[in-house]
Amino acid sequence: MTKKEWPIWEVFIRSKNGLEHRHAGSLHAADAEMALENARDVYTRRQEGVSLWVVESKHIVATNPAENGEIFEPAADKAYRHPTFYVLPEELKHM
Amino acid sequence: MELDINKLESDFQARIDAGENIEPKNWMPEKYRKTHIRQISQHGHSEIVGMLPEGNWITRAPNLRRKVGLLAKVQDEAGHGLYLYSAAETLGISRDELFHQLHTGKAKYSSIFNYPTLSWADIGAIGWLVDGAAIINQVMLTRTSYGPYARAMVRICKEESFHQRQGYEMMLTLCNGTPAQKAMAQDALNRFWWPSLMMFGPRDEESPHTEQAMQWKIKLKTNDELRQQFVDIAVPQAEILGLTIPDPDLKWNEERGHYDFGPIDWDEFWQVVKGNGRCNKERLGARVKAWDEGEWVRDAAMAYSEKKDAKKEAKKAS
Ligand SMILES: [Fe+2]
Ligand SMILES: [Fe+2]
Repeated sequence: MTKKEWPIWEVFIRSKNGLEHRHAGSLHAADAEMALENARDVYTRRQEGVSLWVVESKHIVATNPAENGEIFEPAADKAYRHPTFYVLPEELKHM
Repeated sequence: MELDINKLESDFQARIDAGENIEPKNWMPEKYRKTHIRQISQHGHSEIVGMLPEGNWITRAPNLRRKVGLLAKVQDEAGHGLYLYSAAETLGISRDELFHQLHTGKAKYSSIFNYPTLSWADIGAIGWLVDGAAIINQVMLTRTSYGPYARAMVRICKEESFHQRQGYEMMLTLCNGTPAQKAMAQDALNRFWWPSLMMFGPRDEESPHTEQAMQWKIKLKTNDELRQQFVDIAVPQAEILGLTIPDPDLKWNEERGHYDFGPIDWDEFWQVVKGNGRCNKERLGARVKAWDEGEWVRDAAMAYSEKKDAKKEAKKAS
């Protein structure tokens, strides 16, 4: 029996310069260096990225879906945060 | 907080009906979780075990072009296995437990990989038919309700089409070659045709979980629908190769707008599922050996990592 399972890491890829890193998936690795090497082999075999981030999954703090209401719903009735809320004449250009 | 199970279940079904994905931290019925662990891990194991019959031919590929293609394809399958294991782990099962289930025979993998690859043409037939069948299933699964599974499928589908094309190109090359080469291709088709049809699983009448799986959008099409789709696509592809599909009952049915095909030998299917296929012992034996013999490497890597961490801590403290 293996003594200890390798920890899980989350992998983020920047697909091209100028774009943000996006979550691609996860993998197991004994340490950060191996996580980067594995991420390269598992997630970028076809030039999918120009930069990789890895972070041990246990360090990610996430919202609880059961609390989605109180966290996200307050934004639902704030139409005044969107450009279409403001009524302007049709002939107005470039705005 | 008082949780009403009926309310949770009806909210869950409503989300699925509305076409929303279920994510790891969302509430889900225990049976949905278990069904997914079983299905995703079985799918992952199929990718991993599926490397064995093809890996068998890497060193004997007829030229470098074929060799790099096959090597890349088999490496992709390793990647597919890893994507799927990760998706299964989001449901609360560990990687070690997944392997344990495979190695002890508790978890299954696709029975197609228990057939031997006897000639180079088998590698062509596998790419064309086995990956072709897998694509049909996996394209459907890109719209499955469990988010991590659906996302793994999107990534996998992007990679699969090369697998099928390299296999079909091999078949095409053999079919345009000498009579002996063409006969090899025909022989491979003869052996892989029926097992490929079996890949879609038992007939709908004998597939008791289908209804629930459809309700939860784990599947969007039944086994028989997918199988028919595969036959309809494969028949014209065989015609281009100039090969004969080994089914005397195969014929176009104008009324249905589909090909009719002959009966599948389900006894053979169940025999292979139960472990009595030609290569079951060999395949599982290879996986167990790789796992056992890799143990010291896994332990050493972990020990090295812990030692590095301890050193860093000591440096901080001093
Ligand atoms: Fe695959
Ligand atoms: Fe494949």
